[in-house]
Amino acid sequence: MDSSTKVGMKEEEERPHVLVVDDSLVDRKIMERLFTNSACKVTTAENGQKALELLGQGEDKHNNINHQGLKINLVVTDYCMPGMTGYDLLKKVKESCDIKEIPVIIVSSENVPTRIEKCLKEGAQEFILKPLKQSDVKKLRCQMQFTQPMKGRLCMGR
Amino acid sequence: MASVPQLQRQFIEYTTSLHNEGYLDDQFSQLQKLQDESNPDFVVEVVSLYFEDSEKLLNNLATALQQKSVDYKQVDSHVHQFKGSSSSIGAQRVASVCVHFRNFCEEKNLEGCLRCLQQVKQEYILVRNKLEALFGLEQQILQAGGSIPMME
Repeated sequence: MDSSTKVGMKEEEERPHVLVVDDSLVDRKIMERLFTNSACKVTTAENGQKALELLGQGEDKHNNINHQGLKINLVVTDYCMPGMTGYDLLKKVKESCDIKEIPVIIVSSENVPTRIEKCLKEGAQEFILKPLKQSDVKKLRCQMQFTQPMKGRLCMGR
Repeated sequence: MASVPQLQRQFIEYTTSLHNEGYLDDQFSQLQKLQDESNPDFVVEVVSLYFEDSEKLLNNLATALQQKSVDYKQVDSHVHQFKGSSSSIGAQRVASVCVHFRNFCEEKNLEGCLRCLQQVKQEYILVRNKLEALFGLEQQILQAGGSIPMME
């Protein structure tokens, strides 16, 4: 591909694959619809552990035939979850060699500046207040077009 | 037997009043916008999940507050969940009570918590009844061969 090829030009290219992590079934369903409505493929997970498994970082990652995990382009995770919080999950993603490039968005119903700072510092791409709106998702979708990794090219961040 | 235009008008008026009276906020409208031909039952599906979830939470709250030694962290955690799901579907009044409820949890104020539990239960039942009525209207419109008006 030459350097002037625009990202996202190919209509038949796979839709971006979003992994939505939230312990609330209501929120998982809503977010799934929001992202599907923005031409994304969506997989949901109810906790951080399951999310890591889907990302190929589960405990049995060396035994797992599918140790590569799903090809995820964006992780959207709730902050407040029992057990592994969204922040814990963010850390694990950013600490891993295989998946640290995947952008992680933290969503939360609580507007706590120290929490936001903590997440951004740990490498979250963005912190968005719940409940998510279609406009939030549309914005993310646009951003994703420019951060999708392409072979042999640098990943352009925001 | 009401005609389709009459039913549609009823639907619009009812939805508008629910918003005006604060039972539902913009988030509910957002959900309605996500419903289309390929996802015709989206709102009912989400709201049904909300009802199931809420009923569990209310039971958990009642149990937690009946303990000899109340675990306020646990109570707060349930209320936080309830507030979250209520906000997600636009059940504004339920979410508002949850805010007060959380304050009482922080103060470890049992009386306050028990009062809030009653209040939140009442608000929940109210919004549940209203949503069920709204869905009933929708069904009537569809059965009469009409389509659900898009609310702006």
